[in-house]
Amino acid sequence: MTQQFNDSPLTLAGQTFHSRLLVGTGKYKDMQETGEAIAASGAEIVTFAVRRTNLGQDAEGPNLLDVVPPSRYTLLPNTAGCYTAKDAVRTCRLARELLDGHKLVKLEVLGDETTLYPNVMETLKAAETLLADGFDVMVYTSDDPIVARELEAMGCCAIMPLGSLIGSGHGIQNPHNLRLIVEQSRVPVLVDAGIGTASDAAMAMEMGCDGVLLNSAIAHAREPLRMARAMQLAVQAGRDAFLSGRMPRRQSAEPSSPFAGRING
Amino acid sequence: MQIQLNGEPHAVDSATTAADLVETLGLTGRRIAVEINEQIVPRSQLAETRLCDGDQVEIVHAIGGG
Repeated sequence: MTQQFNDSPLTLAGQTFHSRLLVGTGKYKDMQETGEAIAASGAEIVTFAVRRTNLGQDAEGPNLLDVVPPSRYTLLPNTAGCYTAKDAVRTCRLARELLDGHKLVKLEVLGDETTLYPNVMETLKAAETLLADGFDVMVYTSDDPIVARELEAMGCCAIMPLGSLIGSGHGIQNPHNLRLIVEQSRVPVLVDAGIGTASDAAMAMEMGCDGVLLNSAIAHAREPLRMARAMQLAVQAGRDAFLSGRMPRRQSAEPSSPFAGRING
Repeated sequence: MQIQLNGEPHAVDSATTAADLVETLGLTGRRIAVEINEQIVPRSQLAETRLCDGDQVEIVHAIGGG
């Protein structure tokens, strides 16, 4: 029988979660695959985008919220595609109306279409407005520890630095900066963007991150459902490795088998 | 009269309410949010919100995203 180990839940704006893997709903083949992959990931928090309705067509088509129902998941609207604080704030207000007063949002204000790198100046402006308007703001940002500290001081409920560019699958490109952010932060730190495969997610968790948010790594895998499970296991493995405290690194070898009693001794 | 609906010109009768527009589009009961001239119109106020000529109306929903 497997021993159960204690871990504190992930707490975001007063809500607790047992899964530390957050997943997006973009880029899947169809709604069915979206729903199945999200279920296979074990995620409890699921991000989505807010867009204009297609008028005059597929009004009866499947709706995202049918496959990821708000009754089962905590939905996290994002502001993907926003390049100004103003658009991001508008999008959050629309999302709040869409979800009947829901306050938890993922703020991302992007700099340009080539890098989708966060525009930190606009992000700070949007965060200020949203926090004043009562939103709980999880914020996508660069891996700059000074910016992360400022966003936390403003009252953001989670700091979400990029591992590498959105959708790039390049993993965690600056672990040193990420470590600085993890060490200084009193709110949860989640790696958001850049995760390409299970070891990237495990690495984030081993470094002490509180969670991982990813989308493309599952949706663009050849077998999304299997990768969803891989990510669930990787986040758990990385979390346990972090909590268990890894062995010290040594410069030289140290045998695992005893010296005493060797037949050539 | 003419409004801008999701960025496109759209003709509606005068005295049309936001709720009428939503119904005409077949979106009644769907999970949507409505904004007029950059102000949210709460679901509870759609029926009493009259559209005006030149209004910029946005109707949004949830789609896949990361």
